[in-house]
Amino acid sequence: MEIIEQVKEKFKSKIKSVFFHNEKRVYLEIDKEDLIDVVKFIFHDLDARFITASGIDNLKDMEILYHFSLDSDGIVISLRVFIDRDNPCIESITSIVKGALNIEREMYELLGIKFLNHPGLKRFLTDEFPEGFYPLRKDSPGRAEQ
Amino acid sequence: MKKVIVPIGPYHSLFEEPEYFALYCDGERVVDIEWMAGYNHRGIEKLSESKHWDQVTFLIERICGICSTSHPIAYCNAVEDLAKIEIPERAKYIRSIVGELERLHSHLLWVGLAGHFLGYNTVFMWAWKYREPILDIMEMVTGNRNHYAMMKIGGVRRDIENEDIDIIKKILDELKGKLEMLTGAVLDDPVLAARLKGVGVLTKQDIKDYGAVGPVARASGVDIDVRRDNPHAAYNLVEWKVITCQDGDVFSKAVVRLLECFESIKIIEQSLVRLKKIKGDIAIEVRYIPSGEGIGRYEAPRGECYHYVRSDGTSRPVRHKIRAPSYVNIPTFKASCIGETIADVTIILAGIDPCYCCTERAITVYDADTRKKLFDGKDLMKLSQEKTRKIKKQLGFKEK
Repeated sequence: MEIIEQVKEKFKSKIKSVFFHNEKRVYLEIDKEDLIDVVKFIFHDLDARFITASGIDNLKDMEILYHFSLDSDGIVISLRVFIDRDNPCIESITSIVKGALNIEREMYELLGIKFLNHPGLKRFLTDEFPEGFYPLRKDSPGRAEQ
Repeated sequence: MKKVIVPIGPYHSLFEEPEYFALYCDGERVVDIEWMAGYNHRGIEKLSESKHWDQVTFLIERICGICSTSHPIAYCNAVEDLAKIEIPERAKYIRSIVGELERLHSHLLWVGLAGHFLGYNTVFMWAWKYREPILDIMEMVTGNRNHYAMMKIGGVRRDIENEDIDIIKKILDELKGKLEMLTGAVLDDPVLAARLKGVGVLTKQDIKDYGAVGPVARASGVDIDVRRDNPHAAYNLVEWKVITCQDGDVFSKAVVRLLECFESIKIIEQSLVRLKKIKGDIAIEVRYIPSGEGIGRYEAPRGECYHYVRSDGTSRPVRHKIRAPSYVNIPTFKASCIGETIADVTIILAGIDPCYCCTERAITVYDADTRKKLFDGKDLMKLSQEKTRKIKKQLGFKEK
């Protein structure tokens, strides 16, 4: 795919792996330090639309997927970033994408991932939950565990 | 001048997250907006992890009452993407038909509510009256006026009988004439044009910044539609076009929604003709979901529904991420409401079409310093209707 070639060309070894699920779905794994540069390139230069980001608790680490859509081609690019589970923090992308504001806030309170340099990282869904309780983490009690 | 806070909400169950808005006003003008959500967070994503792949379709149908087939279609697309399943042709057409019928009733519902906000109760009554036969079709085809339970991984659950096709066609033919009349009446009305044009404008840049989708984006000239860009169901097998407008105001949003109704009818009519000729199964049997991850998208009446699922090969999803369209559309209020008057805010709020439940919002205006109540929801509605009346007077229309 031409567009993915462009990303690979630009970032070379910073792209740790490329996985084509099919011709419309691509997963790129990057380091968390390179996130801002790659997001800038995809959002501004490739003119992609930011769909959402989803955090996943893998128990051994945390994973965030940033989903971007290239609407004219119907392609979804998902950037995969792994972060440490004991100290989950990552740079916020709100300086590039305004729409990520609430998406990051949601991940912060449901998974406990801290977004650095986020303009208003406060809880807005689970006001009455106890401090340090993150419902979407795999070790938090839920019906899945019972 | 005293700064006034206008709290809007919080109780209206918008998908996973009902919301609360605090409008900071300087006199009549809105200067800032704060958004809070989560008053009725149901934890659907967590619940989904505890259900069987097949049960999840019923669960996520309950995310929204109005677009209750959009989430299951997006979810089925995601699981089918994960397991690389190709659904039978007959199922593709049925999915499109149910999806488009839902779009028709959802858009008509919005037109009615928007009319009510502006003091055009005739529009409200017309639109809801014309919406009723569509719900009758839904009941006939799926067994329910809402929460259809039609979608299933690998196809659909119920077939559309040939006898029903003729009845659906007849109802749609009747509806088309009425819809043309309604569209003409709404779009040619000088008062509505004076009231809605140039109100709550969103530029192309705003849409990109906030990642807004659906009719909100298309009204600002952003030509996106998942049905065309990422074809699934029968959307690439029939002729239709994506409606866009350039102005980005509330009027454009109304134009996009009304004209989309005709495109939906086109899709349904073509699908019904094909459905009569196609024989075969309506679903394939899916016994096992392999490990992996999948992404599914569907253009709901309000915009793109986005589902991400991950499987570890067991009978339940490991992670199910849902992004409903209103989640990205609502923050555009920040761009569209600031600088507008309070009388216009009701219709700008409605212009996004957050959800039907959202219209049940309690709106009260308090003085920021004394916390004394200044207006409540009814007063705000009156304010909006009063403005329409004034414009009517200026344009020389007589009061009835």
